[in-house]
Amino acid sequence: MNKHTTNGKDWQTTTAKNTVHLLGWTLSWVLTIALSAFGPKFLWDFNTVLSIIAVLLNIGVGIGMILANRKHLKGLDEMMQQIQLNAMALSLGVGLVFGISYEQLEDIKLITFEPEITHLIMLMTAAYMTGIVLGHRKYK
Amino acid sequence: MKNRLKVLRAERDWTQAQLATALDVSRQTINAIEKGKFDPSLPLAFKAARLFELSIEEIFQDGE
Repeated sequence: MNKHTTNGKDWQTTTAKNTVHLLGWTLSWVLTIALSAFGPKFLWDFNTVLSIIAVLLNIGVGIGMILANRKHLKGLDEMMQQIQLNAMALSLGVGLVFGISYEQLEDIKLITFEPEITHLIMLMTAAYMTGIVLGHRKYK
Repeated sequence: MKNRLKVLRAERDWTQAQLATALDVSRQTINAIEKGKFDPSLPLAFKAARLFELSIEEIFQDGE
């Protein structure tokens, strides 16, 4: 049992570390979004070079976040991966179906405002969180 | 799929957390397997068999 215990602790430590890394990358990504969104107006008066750098920084950190998420998912155990897979499938499905319908609402004049991508992201986040909760309840 | 994981664990006086640590999975996963709510993969079943020094069939049985 001792040998396994040592390995197990390593696994748990690695999972915890992957989660912290993912959190760090996600927060950094959000900060770089804020920088590229508000920087041009409030920090560098729409200087083109600085705006391009901010956007590239945002994309670069975004790629880092994607890789951190991949590492986090690969480090989870098989049941947790199953829960994540189901939640992501729900989120993707809801995003696709409702996203396209929502976009069409303006085209066919059922709404007067322009659909925003942020609304879709909020919907997909809600679907993902719901999927995670349902997954944990299913296997509880 | 039925299994004797809970009995085998109790015989050795291990907690779910200890078994989870030994099998490199979360405690929630051990709980779900014991309750028959989650079927482990073949590699995890082999790992459990090695840990308990039993065959897979002695731990996991087919059927509802």
